[in-house]
Amino acid sequence: MSPILLILVFIIATFLGYKVISEVPTLLHTPLMSGTNAISGVTLLGALVSTAFAASNKSKTLGFIAIVLATINLVGGFAVTDRMLKMFKKKEAVNK
Amino acid sequence: MGVYEIVAIILSLLVLLGIKLMSSPKTAVYGNQISALSMLSAIILVLVYNEIISMPLLWVAILIGGIIGYIIAKKVNMIQMPQMVALLNGLGGGTSAIVALVEIFERYENMIYFERITSQLALIVGGITLSGSLIAAAKLDRKIPQKPVVLKGHSILLNISLIVLCVLAIFGTLNNYSMIDIISISALFISILFGILFSIRVGGADMPITISLLNSCSGLAGAICGFTIGDPLLVSVGAIVGASGIILTQIMCKAMNRSLMDVLKGSHIADKTFTGEIIAVSVERDTQEEKKSVHDILQESKKVIIVPGYGMALAQAQYLVKQLTDKLESEGKDVKFAIHPVAGRMPGHMNVLLAEVDIPYEKLWDMDNINPEFEETDLTIVIGACDVVNPAASYAEGTPIYGMPVLDVDKSKYVIVCNMDTKPGYSGVENPLYNMNNVTMLLGNAAETLKKLAE
Repeated sequence: MSPILLILVFIIATFLGYKVISEVPTLLHTPLMSGTNAISGVTLLGALVSTAFAASNKSKTLGFIAIVLATINLVGGFAVTDRMLKMFKKKEAVNK
Repeated sequence: MGVYEIVAIILSLLVLLGIKLMSSPKTAVYGNQISALSMLSAIILVLVYNEIISMPLLWVAILIGGIIGYIIAKKVNMIQMPQMVALLNGLGGGTSAIVALVEIFERYENMIYFERITSQLALIVGGITLSGSLIAAAKLDRKIPQKPVVLKGHSILLNISLIVLCVLAIFGTLNNYSMIDIISISALFISILFGILFSIRVGGADMPITISLLNSCSGLAGAICGFTIGDPLLVSVGAIVGASGIILTQIMCKAMNRSLMDVLKGSHIADKTFTGEIIAVSVERDTQEEKKSVHDILQESKKVIIVPGYGMALAQAQYLVKQLTDKLESEGKDVKFAIHPVAGRMPGHMNVLLAEVDIPYEKLWDMDNINPEFEETDLTIVIGACDVVNPAASYAEGTPIYGMPVLDVDKSKYVIVCNMDTKPGYSGVENPLYNMNNVTMLLGNAAETLKKLAE
């Protein structure tokens, strides 16, 4: 994709993200944070491609580390967010 | 636009939908699952599209990371959430920095200027996020002291490293020679140093702002990395995370009466010196009466508001809070919780702790909604909170907390404060609440004092 298009994507995503996230109540700010945190592990995609096509061993090793870190971020983030959100949900079931 | 770009846009929208569902506790679990599934699809898409799905090396790395991530997520307890989030932020930043480095090593000669400058930026933002977050996590986990560490010439050091980073980034963009490896590695090291210097001087109560900011940086680093490798999915998702972090940072700054610039410059909340005297302007209630015993107050109060603070988290007293709540409710009293936006060490920290002990979220009220209610409340119980309930914020001009929105606990008929001591909070401003007529102090570990109340 051309730089101009990428910058456009960046601006639109920032704008939409800003709008959607402003509506999340304070109550859920911690899960929101760990959830978006998990999503920021999206760099994994970059890490996979870079590592796969890396020619030197130096790059391959670095890429391997990057994949491990990004996966911890993704899996850990989503799992812990799920745990937290279920705590909130549980209460609702009890109430009704 | 190719197939990949179209699928990337659809996946980004799904992530956005997932976040949107997080605006209500009822749908939030699905929201998170949708986000997670979109990410999984994105990974598979990338592997298939690039025809790298059968590379064992990638799968080994994913497996190792996945297992470690899963174990951490299952083992962590709710008290440790702030450091968990800080740690994950750091990993996100670290990944972006490494990917940028690999890209530079592999194909610098073929990069256009746009990719060169963004790869340097991803390196820098990623490096700062990595070390800054790890220091924040260590501080929150009390592996290193929570107090701000200020070195001699701290600000000068920060400014110098920032200038060096700018110079390196410019060189990294314009340089066409073999020096690029050294330049990039130096940039990474100096950005790591910058992150350490930045985080190490942040004190305890400024942590919610710092974590929110680093959250934003981890997203930004991912988006910039996306510029370098030309992947729209990284750009859009990174931007969404960046926006989320910035919103939280703004909310935190407003609630703490701090400007983002103040935090970035590292000016401490206690730097401002206030020499005047803070007088307890208490509305003299029950002046004729003897001070009532805690027991009597609890007995006769109908409407109770509980205000939790970081002290509750420290003492792990949330279970006792639940006990106390159950007891009060069984006596037919109305119990609500008032949550200040910066109570605790990260946005929403108190909500999670209270949810953990099965306190229904309908009972958790945020500051703006609960403040008008204090006036008609019989009893407010403050548990380990100081600055956020300091009435001096509305009149003590010149103090760091002047103008900061606080919970108006002093307006209720009686107040019981379960704090460790009567020392000022993080702001360093004395709390006149403690000397007011309608306030009873129960000093000591909140776990102990609450036990007495709950009996």
